Amino acid sequence: MKRFLGFVKKEFLHIFRDVRTLIILFGIPVIQILLFGFVVSTDLKNAPVAFLDLSRDEMTQKVSDKICSSGFFRRSETLLNYNDIDKVLRKNETKAVIIFEKDFGRKLFSEGTAAISIITDGSEPNMATLITNYITAIVTDFNRELAGTQVTGTLLVQPEVRMFYNPSLKGHFMFVPGVITLIMILICALMTSVTITREKEFGTMEVLLVSPLKPVQIIIGKVMPYFLLSFINVIMILLLSWFVFGLPIKGSLILLLAESMLYILMSLSLGIFVSTVSKNMQQAIFISFVGLMLPTILLSGFIFPIENMPKGYDWIAALMPPRYFIIIIKNIMIKGTGFFYVWKETMILIIFTLAFIALSIRKFKIRLQ
Amino acid sequence: MTGNTVISVRNLVKKFGNFTANDDLNFKVYEGEIFGFLGANGAGKTTTIRILSGLSEPTSGEVIVAGYNAKKQPEQIKKNIGYMCQKFSLYEDLTVKENIMLYGGIYGMRKALIRERTDLLLDKLNFREYGDSLISDLPLGLRQKLAFSVAILHEPKIVFLDEPTSGVDPITRRQFWEMIYEAAERGITVFITTHYMDEAEYCDRISIMSEGKIVALDTPDDLKRQYDAGSVEEVFVKIARPPSVQKGAQIQY
Amino acid sequence: MRTIFYLIRKEFTQIFRDKFIGRAIFGIPIVQMLILVPAVTFEIKNVELCIIDRDMTTESRELVNQLEGSTFFKVRFSTYSEQEANNLLYRDKCDLVLQIPSGFGEETGNGNPGRLLVSANAINAVNAQLSWAYLNGVIRDYNMNIIAKDISGQSFAPVPRIQVTNRYWYNESLNYKYYMLPGVLGILVLAIGFILAGLNLVKEKESGTIEQINVTPIKKYQFMLAKMVPFLIIGLIDLALGLIIGKLTFNIPFEGSIAILFLGSAIFMVAVLGLALFISTFSSTQQQFMFTAFFFIIIFVLMSGIFTPLESMPVWAQKFDLINPAAYVMRINRMVMLKGSTFQDVSREIYSLMVIAIVFTALAVSRYRKTV
Repeated sequence: MKRFLGFVKKEFLHIFRDVRTLIILFGIPVIQILLFGFVVSTDLKNAPVAFLDLSRDEMTQKVSDKICSSGFFRRSETLLNYNDIDKVLRKNETKAVIIFEKDFGRKLFSEGTAAISIITDGSEPNMATLITNYITAIVTDFNRELAGTQVTGTLLVQPEVRMFYNPSLKGHFMFVPGVITLIMILICALMTSVTITREKEFGTMEVLLVSPLKPVQIIIGKVMPYFLLSFINVIMILLLSWFVFGLPIKGSLILLLAESMLYILMSLSLGIFVSTVSKNMQQAIFISFVGLMLPTILLSGFIFPIENMPKGYDWIAALMPPRYFIIIIKNIMIKGTGFFYVWKETMILIIFTLAFIALSIRKFKIRLQ
Repeated sequence: MTGNTVISVRNLVKKFGNFTANDDLNFKVYEGEIFGFLGANGAGKTTTIRILSGLSEPTSGEVIVAGYNAKKQPEQIKKNIGYMCQKFSLYEDLTVKENIMLYGGIYGMRKALIRERTDLLLDKLNFREYGDSLISDLPLGLRQKLAFSVAILHEPKIVFLDEPTSGVDPITRRQFWEMIYEAAERGITVFITTHYMDEAEYCDRISIMSEGKIVALDTPDDLKRQYDAGSVEEVFVKIARPPSVQKGAQIQY
Repeated sequence: MRTIFYLIRKEFTQIFRDKFIGRAIFGIPIVQMLILVPAVTFEIKNVELCIIDRDMTTESRELVNQLEGSTFFKVRFSTYSEQEANNLLYRDKCDLVLQIPSGFGEETGNGNPGRLLVSANAINAVNAQLSWAYLNGVIRDYNMNIIAKDISGQSFAPVPRIQVTNRYWYNESLNYKYYMLPGVLGILVLAIGFILAGLNLVKEKESGTIEQINVTPIKKYQFMLAKMVPFLIIGLIDLALGLIIGKLTFNIPFEGSIAILFLGSAIFMVAVLGLALFISTFSSTQQQFMFTAFFFIIIFVLMSGIFTPLESMPVWAQKFDLINPAAYVMRINRMVMLKGSTFQDVSREIYSLMVIAIVFTALAVSRYRKTV
């Protein structure tokens, strides 16, 4: 036992002496949470739109002004003819062109209807939908105002909406849990896989194996400092989210921390498994970073909801551990659910952890043979 | 033995912060000699050899190697020397032939010449069949001999060897020294650092460093006479203090 | 010059000697593109509705029918209890709850605004907003139908309304794949090049082989160039592979000039590799380098504009993006492939990228010292 503790102490010292890496290991999550909380947003602000006004009357002026003063848009250019649209969109400085048809004002009042066409740059689909929807909403609002000046008739059905759990529609609620999930699994898997393969690459693994320490003790000893480090990281991130973004932890903090520890454990064991299949650090890094990064971002439900994906992807997503943790963390933090709602996902994470450990042990035994 | 001076060191000082690794060194090395640079670990030998080979800048003093000033023209020096460093440094994931081809090309040798020398080298070392083996598959002794051969592949004026026989068995050490003699006979000056005192006997002249200073410089025989010793090792024990633990002494070079 | 050739040959030999890496540098991008690209979409499908119909009139049933008939919504549940509905929302069994209060049918028939109450799960704010927008669309249609039916009844005078139509250019169907493929490809090429080049240099430092190089007459720029060229070539091959896959599997459009695309990507790679090498001159172990690389790569990727539009970012973030090579290459790729932008259109991006590439490379070369 004493030998083991001595080994663990050596591993701790080893890590804490490398100040530069330490700063980065604590700094990465902090900075990235800050960045993404502040940077990532799907709000529209001052999106540049161009106007092709074939009427230039009082009505078109009113509508244009309403659009440009909404805060969502700003006037980028005034076009003179249809051919300019392609040119201006290609330059990428204008996102949409709003076209008022000829005799707009007159048609509106004599025939009861006039047409606005929006040509949106579809090369950025998420922006495009937002822009079109916002412009349409502004025009609809304008319609409402118009109708309000008439004596009879209003919009017939007026729906009201309550946005549950996130009344101010903050983007953080999606992104902060997602960033936590992403960063923790990448860092943990990377850390453990690199630290173990390092010994392999420099030949010191043999030295360790020959020592009186059992292989299990070696692995645990190597992984423990990272467990502690990651746990501190999670606490820092949660604190940051709370103080800087006002992200609540509606549910039980203890449950959240416990689940986080489970997730960290799972990620660390993934790293161990990666190290058993890698011959050197380069390989380990490739698998645990390049191999994991994009699938985690794209398939875990972090940014793109899994329900929206084509058939068959729910199976693929089912293989991604981060997917389950995102559900757990969102439920506990934002909805405030108890364990009862997340027990399934928790079980799955436990199974993943055990599976990685079991596979690693098997691989390790085969190598020793 | 005198002849052309290929290395001239005057008042060489090298400081790392407050720690003086080389303290006012003065010596000359002549063409074709085998010059042994002895001293205990931490005495400052590696620092000196790095300065001589252009890897490190002297803090002060005048150092001329192969006719070029070490402070001002290190790159010119590098064209005319070979170097075999302490940490073994051929590429482990390349084969013997690939390593030779690489360094030959870097020193500007034509392909045909490289191939010719490769064949000669492999034959001489008796490992033709290892031509396509990875360095990582070779035993240490072979690696050292190979590294030396690569270091002199381009027939440099001087070759610097930094503790080349560390960790190698006695037979391989003997073979290694045979290679050194051969090179010296061809006119290549050999500047070798070592902490093996018995190797000193093989050198033409030796210097002994202790705590950054040169405390002896002469032929092995003259030194033994001077200090009434039966071996260079005795001389060393008599005049070189064991390295004390100074501030900053951890810095190896 | 021939020195560079020898060095480059050595680099390639070393890269491919590691069989895993040799296969992974092409395999991982291919596999990830095939699997990941179809998955990415912001399109909403099957928003699950729970309806509380307290009215049960023809009008309310017609509204429900219209919802059922739309492609976006699936009416999954129907209940009378608000509590049950909220419970379903809580348990993620439905996304929206639509409550039709009693009296709805009567009021709409009489020209009074009929009220509806919608509760949405807004954890995913984007989805919630989009669902809400679609729901509004269905309700608008419902409104139109009522007006149309009652035109004869003359309960209301025709209200002037502006009709809005829209078209999406360059990507009519708003196919997200067209947008994501160049993005995914770019990110992978960035990560692979950055990591391999940087690790490579640090490994030479760690194993001591760099000393042997430093003692030869090699020039600094020759060494650095040899560290960059192989990865540049690999990156461009990955780009070519990606485009072929994109064309064959996903039928992505290619409106613009391939030459501009490759030029932009080449300069991008030089910038990335230059930065990687610069960082590796500060790192003494591969581990240290890796974590620094992690830091930069994630920042570049998440701020590149691939997941969130650049225009939505706060001003300081947009300023940072001025030195983010990924942001530039995303824009160039999208503009050239989807919009067929000309060199003129992307010239500002290309020149900026060039400046970044030159600066990073110069930093790397100057930091590397052969004589310490």
